[in-house]
Amino acid sequence: MAKLGYFPGCSLHASAHELDDSTKALAFRLGVELTEIPDWTCCGATAAHSVNRLLSVSLPARNLSLAVTAGLDTIMAPCAACFNRLAVARHELMKHEALRKQVERIIERPLDRIPQVHSVLSWLLAEVEKGTDWVKVDLSGMKVACYYGCLLLRPPSVIVFDDPEQPVSMETIVKAVGVEPVDWHCRLRCCGAGFSVSRTGIVLRLVREILSDARDAGADAVVVGCPMCHSNLDLRQKAAVERDAGMPILFLPQLLGLAAGCGARELGLLDHMVDTQGLLGKIPVGKV
Amino acid sequence: MAKIGVFVCHCGENIGRTVDCAEVARRAMDLPGVIHAVDYKYMCSDPGQRWIIDAVREKGLDGVVVASCSPHMHEKTFREAVAAAGLNPFLCEMANIREHCSWVHENRMQATDKAADLVRIMVEKVKRNRPLQPIKVPVTKRALVIGGGIAGIQTALDIANAGVEVVLVEKEPSIGGHMAQLSETFPTLDCSQCIMTPRMVEVRQHPRIQLYTYSEVDSVDGYIGNFTVKIRKKARSVDLDKCTGCGVCTTKCPVKGIPNQFDRGLGTRRAIYVPFPQAVPNVPVIDRERCRYFQTGKCGVCAKVCQADAVNYEQTDEMVEESVGAIVVATGFELYDVGQGMEEGHRGYGEYGYGQDPDIIDGLQFERLASASGPTSGEIRRPSDGKVPERVVFIQCVGSRDEAKGISYCSKICCMYTAKHAILFKHKVHHGQAYIFYMDVRAGGKGYEEFVRRAVEEDGALYVRGRVSEVVRRKDKLLVRGADTLMGRPVQIEADMVVLATAVKPQPGIEALAQKLRTSYDDYHFFKEAHPKLRPVESSSAGIFLAGACQAPRDIPDSVAMASAAASKVLGLFGAKELEREPIVARVNEVTCVGCFQCEKVCAYGAIERKEIRDRKGQLIKVVARVNEGVCQGCGTCQATCPSKSVELEGFTDEEIFAEINAVPVPS
Repeated sequence: MAKLGYFPGCSLHASAHELDDSTKALAFRLGVELTEIPDWTCCGATAAHSVNRLLSVSLPARNLSLAVTAGLDTIMAPCAACFNRLAVARHELMKHEALRKQVERIIERPLDRIPQVHSVLSWLLAEVEKGTDWVKVDLSGMKVACYYGCLLLRPPSVIVFDDPEQPVSMETIVKAVGVEPVDWHCRLRCCGAGFSVSRTGIVLRLVREILSDARDAGADAVVVGCPMCHSNLDLRQKAAVERDAGMPILFLPQLLGLAAGCGARELGLLDHMVDTQGLLGKIPVGKV
Repeated sequence: MAKIGVFVCHCGENIGRTVDCAEVARRAMDLPGVIHAVDYKYMCSDPGQRWIIDAVREKGLDGVVVASCSPHMHEKTFREAVAAAGLNPFLCEMANIREHCSWVHENRMQATDKAADLVRIMVEKVKRNRPLQPIKVPVTKRALVIGGGIAGIQTALDIANAGVEVVLVEKEPSIGGHMAQLSETFPTLDCSQCIMTPRMVEVRQHPRIQLYTYSEVDSVDGYIGNFTVKIRKKARSVDLDKCTGCGVCTTKCPVKGIPNQFDRGLGTRRAIYVPFPQAVPNVPVIDRERCRYFQTGKCGVCAKVCQADAVNYEQTDEMVEESVGAIVVATGFELYDVGQGMEEGHRGYGEYGYGQDPDIIDGLQFERLASASGPTSGEIRRPSDGKVPERVVFIQCVGSRDEAKGISYCSKICCMYTAKHAILFKHKVHHGQAYIFYMDVRAGGKGYEEFVRRAVEEDGALYVRGRVSEVVRRKDKLLVRGADTLMGRPVQIEADMVVLATAVKPQPGIEALAQKLRTSYDDYHFFKEAHPKLRPVESSSAGIFLAGACQAPRDIPDSVAMASAAASKVLGLFGAKELEREPIVARVNEVTCVGCFQCEKVCAYGAIERKEIRDRKGQLIKVVARVNEGVCQGCGTCQATCPSKSVELEGFTDEEIFAEINAVPVPS
């Protein structure tokens, strides 16, 4: 079994536990052994890098160092924010020798080796490129709107596996499991992120736009790779769209998990705010 | 005993701020052989040079050291001054106390010590310098111009009209370049075709211009005054002399619907085609990649319908050789392709949807839409459905001034042509509205600012200061979202068409051409001028000149001015009967040369020849190396290589170099 370091971060232990469940279920079907980084701590999230560069690098650096000690040369963080912080810290540490030395002193751990950092997107792209013999359920006929958000592809100087303005990776992944990606405009639009709490009105307007575009494009569901996007599109959906609410919002591992033959409960599909039963009902019973 | 004069320059404050020049001159007086040492604010100025001349004459100096800037800058100036005083100019040397000292040091005391050391080193050298005589080389009074756009055409005509023969090489099937594609030109709105096509005809008919279209420079040998150029005439498949230009073949060819490059893909052509109706020469060319005959061996329609028997499928590329004395590069520019040519993941501006949506076009495509000879006969119609657009959004600085795209420079022409587009659009679509997103409006040029004001005040163009974040298709409309940074709020415009003012980039293949010409290009791959202010149309290689947008983004007036400047440089070069070359060439001591020809192996310029030494009876004694001083570039590689120390570079002999090294102070 291939070994992959796993950094769940805080949200996967709380509001986005469906992402945790589905990632683990899918990894098992893919034959990938997820090894949680022992004693991992906060990635720093938005708070750290808004106040202090050194802090914003040191927090993820500790986790990167712990991974190496645990014998993990590649790690994956399903949360887009965690991934972003880990990837940016890695980039900074590799680029600036003096910073690396300084951070080593702060975290009191070595940083002579730094593991590769995958997002859920880059990891699954690599997986489907290896082959899709693990696909057990025919999802053809299902149409999804691939929604990237902001953190999975930016900043372009750090994250180089896909074009930040015209990405293709998520579409490539869903196509590989027989799902049709719709052509729509809002796939890179901002979800409003943390304004969900402080300026809810802005988020509702953005969510309304994104969902109506997905619906106009004929999508059965929106697929996301970020707990924040999911929270805004799923949790705020009812408030944002008075009529016609009911666009299921799926994490990418949930969609792939369905193709791999995982059960809805196993994937946490029954725990979303927007009902996924309608979508699940369309999936034909039977194997490919 | 030597009589050396030392002249220390302050270079205004450039040297004087860091180096105590008076002290350097005082210390120089203590050096053996130095009988005169002074310092002055600007040694290169007239009074400064006068000091040198007077000192040489009055004190009978037999060597001069000027301690100032790099020899690259003023060696010529000072050597001429010394020559004017009657001393051999090669007895004048420069100690570089600016680039090598004052500009790179801060400590005044240490910098002064170093400057004094540099002076001592050059004094030791100049004591051993030998008087040298310039080498005379003949000049082939014939010029090569590479590129047949407006810059190349202007250069060729100027030179030819002065009575000198010109060879003009253009890689496309017709001359005319980008200017032939334009509709009207700023800031006067004269029709581009009307001012361009007569000049194209003039080139074709000129008795002193040899025109090679659909041809490329294959190789360049030789040096200033004596270049040998091989030109590849690509197979046009149509005989230039036999073709009458009737155009029947281009209407009968069965392979239709090929995007026409001249119309930037907005119109179509056939496999045999003339790029545009006013082409010079007005002779078709066969696109062999698309031609049915070349692809399948069956067809031959064009040959059948040709009354003049001009179609020739058997034609092959042909090489011709031309001898010229000077070369003008006028290869022009291409537009930034908005990342289309880049690999996936590195394409720029995906948010603008260029190449995805037919109604998002670039500036040159808009020119074709507005041109009377364009695919819509000059009516502004959008490519998707042919509808007349009512709202057009123009986005400036697409690529330009964007470090992330590798284009940090301003493309210079876009502000003006976008204002022109807005005016032309209003003239053709009276109820239309143009919106222009801009960073800054840069309208420096005669009549330019007035022209932009005209677009705003008379033709109602709405300028929005800010960037566009995305362009998305909403049914019939293009939704343009952006920021109005002056109002401090987001804007959204429902447009029918979007025009991107894409950056100006050098033509592809510049690197290969620069290698053939042995000249240099800058970080952006524009050709590099010898000096940005004082020698803007000369390249870094002698006898090779630059005109137009191959050197930097240029508009038409600038390109034409540069072209005429380059032409006058060429004519100036041809004004002399013979050229004088610096005698910094290698010489072989035939007595000690053992004829191993290691020098021949290392010479990058092929300057080493073989010379037979015979006795009086004609018996061969030995074969020795000989340097062709017309070809030698004075690099010194042979000198370093020669095992028997039989080669010496004039002006840099072993004795001179070792004297310099021995004068370097040994740290205690």
